[in-house]
Amino acid sequence: MASVSMESVSKSFGTHSVIHDVDLTIDDGEFVVFVGPSGCGKSTLLRIVAGLISASSGTVKIGGDDVTDVPASKRGVAFVFQSYALYPHMTVARNIGFALETMGIRRDAIAQKVQQVARMLKVDHLLNRRPRELSGGQRQRVAIGRALVRQPEIFLFDEPLSNLDADLRMEMRMEIAKLHDDLKTTMIYVTHDQSEAMTLADRIVVLNHGRIEQIGTPSELYRQPGNRFVAGFIGSPRMNFLAVETQAAHDDEHIVGPGGLAIGRSPSDAIPVAEIGIRPEALRLVPTGTGRLDCMLERVEDLGHEHFAYCRVGSGTLWVVRLPAAPNPDAIGKPAALTFDDHSLFFFAADGTRLLPSAEPFGVRSALS
Amino acid sequence: MSARLARRDHLAAWLFLVPVIASMLLVAVWPLGRTFFFAFTDAFLDDPSVYSMVGIDNLIEVFNDHSWWLAVRNTLTFTVISVAIETALGLAIALLINEAIPGRGLARAAILVPWAIPVVVSTKIWEWMLNDQFGVINKLLEALGFIDHGVAWTASGSLIMGVVIFIDVWMTTPFMVLLILAGLQMISQEIFEAAEVDGIPAWKRFWSITLPMLRPAIGVAVLFRTLDALRMFDLSYVLAASNEKVMTVSIYARDRLISFQELGVGSAASTWVFLLVALVAIIIIGALRLDRAAGH
Amino acid sequence: MTDLSLVRPARKSSAYYRGRRQVLRVLQILALSLVLIYTLFPYYWAFVSSTKQGAALYRSVLLPALDFTYYRELINNPVFIGSLLNSAYVAVATTCLSLVIGISAAYALGRIDFPQRRAVLMIVLMISIFPQVVVLSGMFELINWLGLFNRPSALILTYLLSTVPFTTWILTTFIREFPRELEEAAIVDGCSHLRILLKILLPLMGPSLASTGILAFILAWNEFLFALTFTLTDENRTVPVAIGLIAGTNRYEYPFGQIMAASVTVTLPLIAVVLIFQRRIVAGLTAGAVKG
Repeated sequence: MASVSMESVSKSFGTHSVIHDVDLTIDDGEFVVFVGPSGCGKSTLLRIVAGLISASSGTVKIGGDDVTDVPASKRGVAFVFQSYALYPHMTVARNIGFALETMGIRRDAIAQKVQQVARMLKVDHLLNRRPRELSGGQRQRVAIGRALVRQPEIFLFDEPLSNLDADLRMEMRMEIAKLHDDLKTTMIYVTHDQSEAMTLADRIVVLNHGRIEQIGTPSELYRQPGNRFVAGFIGSPRMNFLAVETQAAHDDEHIVGPGGLAIGRSPSDAIPVAEIGIRPEALRLVPTGTGRLDCMLERVEDLGHEHFAYCRVGSGTLWVVRLPAAPNPDAIGKPAALTFDDHSLFFFAADGTRLLPSAEPFGVRSALS
Repeated sequence: MSARLARRDHLAAWLFLVPVIASMLLVAVWPLGRTFFFAFTDAFLDDPSVYSMVGIDNLIEVFNDHSWWLAVRNTLTFTVISVAIETALGLAIALLINEAIPGRGLARAAILVPWAIPVVVSTKIWEWMLNDQFGVINKLLEALGFIDHGVAWTASGSLIMGVVIFIDVWMTTPFMVLLILAGLQMISQEIFEAAEVDGIPAWKRFWSITLPMLRPAIGVAVLFRTLDALRMFDLSYVLAASNEKVMTVSIYARDRLISFQELGVGSAASTWVFLLVALVAIIIIGALRLDRAAGH
Repeated sequence: MTDLSLVRPARKSSAYYRGRRQVLRVLQILALSLVLIYTLFPYYWAFVSSTKQGAALYRSVLLPALDFTYYRELINNPVFIGSLLNSAYVAVATTCLSLVIGISAAYALGRIDFPQRRAVLMIVLMISIFPQVVVLSGMFELINWLGLFNRPSALILTYLLSTVPFTTWILTTFIREFPRELEEAAIVDGCSHLRILLKILLPLMGPSLASTGILAFILAWNEFLFALTFTLTDENRTVPVAIGLIAGTNRYEYPFGQIMAASVTVTLPLIAVVLIFQRRIVAGLTAGAVKG
C-alpha cells in the first residue's frame, strides 16, 4: 500500500516559515500534482515526503506507517530531480543500476534489469556513455530509469521537464502519463506549469506561500475554483478579473463596475462582492453599445488556430477575449463592447474567497436601459 | 579578429609579462643556472672568483656521501608518511565540517590558525609542549597513567622523526582540509540527495560517489603537499639543527654550502635536490594526467 | 517487466531512527570538539605559558596567570623589536612588488589569448615548486654582487622567487572570473589594454588583491631559509629567525616563557587578519589549486 498522508506538516528555515500546517492525503496509485508559483513551497513539500528535508512539525505517513523521522534512504520512494542529478563519473548503465548494487543482487541480474528498463525508455543504445555526453531529454530518461529500476512504491518528480525544450516537454509528458498508466504506482509531481498539472493529474494540489489553496480534480479546479488565487492560476489564458462595487438600493442590491457594467442582485447577502471573474472563452466581442460592458479594443493576437483580443475595460484593466475568428482589422483601436452569460461569472469577496450564487435567480439589469 | 589585431594583442601580452619575466630571470633562472655551473667547480664561499672546473667530481662526491643518502631517506620517509596522514586526516575533517553540525563555522575558522602560524613558531610551541620535564603532553600522559616519567621526545633518536611528522601534520592538515572541502562543496548537493533517496548506504555513498568525485581535488592537494614536503627545511632545522636522524636534503645541501663553505660541492648537492624534486614532480603529474585521461 | 524479488531493507520505526540520528549528532559534535581542541590548544597553551612567571611556568595549570612580565621584557628587547620592524618592512615591500608584477602578468595570462599562454603558466607553476635551496649558490653570488648581504632588503629580492609565481597564479585565476563583456565594450571604444586593466578590471579586483596580498604577506613573513642564510647579525634578522635562534646554553635553560611570549606576539596579528579575512583567504588558496 503506497498511500501518503501529511498531517499538520509545517516547515521553517530558521525564522522563515515556508510550509504552514499542511494536511493532505494521497491514495495508492493516484497521480497527484503539486502546483503553484515559484516559492510557494511545492518542492519543499515534495522533499519532506521524500525525507530529504525533515518537517519542523507534523506527521508524514507512507502506507499508514509513520515515517516522519525515517531517513530518505529507508522510505522506499524514488525521486526524479529537475537537474537529473546523474552520477557524472559513472556510465548510464551504472547510473541506472547503482541502487541495486547494494541489494545483494547478482551482477548479471542487475545488467538484465538495467537493459530492460533502458530499452523501455529508449536509452539502451546509450548504456556505455557518460551523462555529459547525453542531451537533456536523454538525461531525463536515464534519471527516470534510475528511479524505475528500484520498483518503488512511490515516484516523486521535482519539475522534471522544466529544463527541456517545448516539444521535448510534450513528448516526455506523454511518456510519464503512460508510465503511470502502465505501473499504476502512486506518483507525486511538482510543477509550476499549470497546463502540465491539468493534463497529468488525477488530483491537483494548488499551493501558495506554503499553504494549500485547494485540492481537487483538474475539472473541479477549473470549473469550481474555491478562491481568487486558484481561479487566476488555473486556466490559460488566465481568467479575467474586474474590481466592482456592490451597491444597495431600495430592497435589492446590484453590482456595478467600470465600462457600464451592471449585474443584478448580489449572490450573497452578507458579504459584498469585491471582484468578478470570467474566462476568456466565455466572452463575446460585440459592436460598441450592444453589450453588457464597454471597452476599447487595443490589440488582437492571431495564433493561426486561435485569436485573442485584448480589451481595456474602464481605465486600468486589460481583458482577454477568445475570438471565434479573426476580427475586422478596422475595429482595432476603437471602442467595442463585451457580452456574456451571467452563469459564467465568478464572484469573489474582498479576501479572495469565492462567493457562490444564492438560490434565488437574479435578473440582469442592463446599464443601458 | 584580423591577423594584425591579433599580433598587436600578442605584443601587448608580452609587454604585460615583462615584469614577471624579468623578475623570474633575475631571481630564479639566473641563480639556478649559476648553481648548476658552480656544481662543476671547486669554488669556495670565501672567494668564489677562484675556482677550476672539476667536471662531475662534486656530483659523485655527494652521491657517495653516506650522509646524503641518510638525508634522502629522511626526506622520503617524512614526505610519504606526512602526506599520507595529512590526506587521510584532512579528508576526515573536511567531511566532518561539510556536515551541518553546530560549530562547523567555528571549526572552519579554527582550522586556519595552525596554518597561519610560522613554522618556526609552531615548532617552538610544540617543542615546549613536548619538553620532557615540563611539557604539558608528558604531564598529561603521566596523569593518565600511560607513562611513568616524561619522555624526551626530541632527544631520542627513534622518536624524533615521529615528532617532526607529528608537528608537520598539525601545521599542514588545514591546507588539505581547505582544498578537499572546496572540492566537496563543488559537488552538487542533489547528487548526494539522489543517492540517499535511492537507498545507497552511507559507506557506499562515500566510496563510490564522494571519493571518485574528489579525486581531482585530492590529486592536486597531494601534488602540492608532496613537493612542499620534499623541500622541507624549517621544521627539522629549528627542532634539531643538524641531527642526522631528521636532516632533510635541503638541510644537507645548505650545510655543505654554508657551514662547510663549499660552494662547489654545495651546489652539486643542490643540483641533486633539484633532480630529486623534478623526478617526483614528473611522476606525480604523470600519474594525475593518466588518472584524468582514464576518467574520460 | 520482470520483477526482481527485491529484498527491501526492513524499515524500522520512526522512533528508532530519531534516536539513531541523535546519537550520530552527539558523536559528530564530539568529533568536532576534538578537532577544535587539537587545532587551538597549542596556541592557547603558548599564551598561557607566556603569562606564567618563574616557577609557575613549570606547573601545568591550565589557566593563564596573567603576568605579562615576558611581554614587557620583549618590548624592551631591541633585537626583538628590530626583527619585527625588519619583517614588516620586508613583507610589505615584497607583497607590494609581487602584487604589481602579478597583476600585470595575470592580465596577460588571464585576459589575452596568445598562443604561448599555457606554456608560460606552466613555467610559472614550475618555478613555484623550486626547492629554495637550489638557488642558494647563485643567489649568494647575486646578493653579494648587489652589495645587499646581511641587509633585510636582500630578502625582498629573494622572496620574489616564491611570492611572484604565487600571486601570478592566484590573480590569473581570479581575473579569469570576470565576464568577457566587461572589456568588449571598452575594446569597441578603442581602449588600450593598459586602460582596460587600470580603469575597468583593477577597481573590481579589490577583494582579489586583498586575499592575494594577505597570502603573499603571510608567505613572506613566515619565510625562514633565505632569512637565515642572508642575514648574519642580530639587528638585521627577521622574526622567524630571531625566534628560531633563541637558545640558552643548554636544553634546560631554554627561556621558554620568553619564547612563548614572542610567539604569541608575532602570531596574534597574523591570526587576527586571517580570521577576519578568512573567506577571502580560503577563496584565494582554493582558487589557485582547485580551479587550476
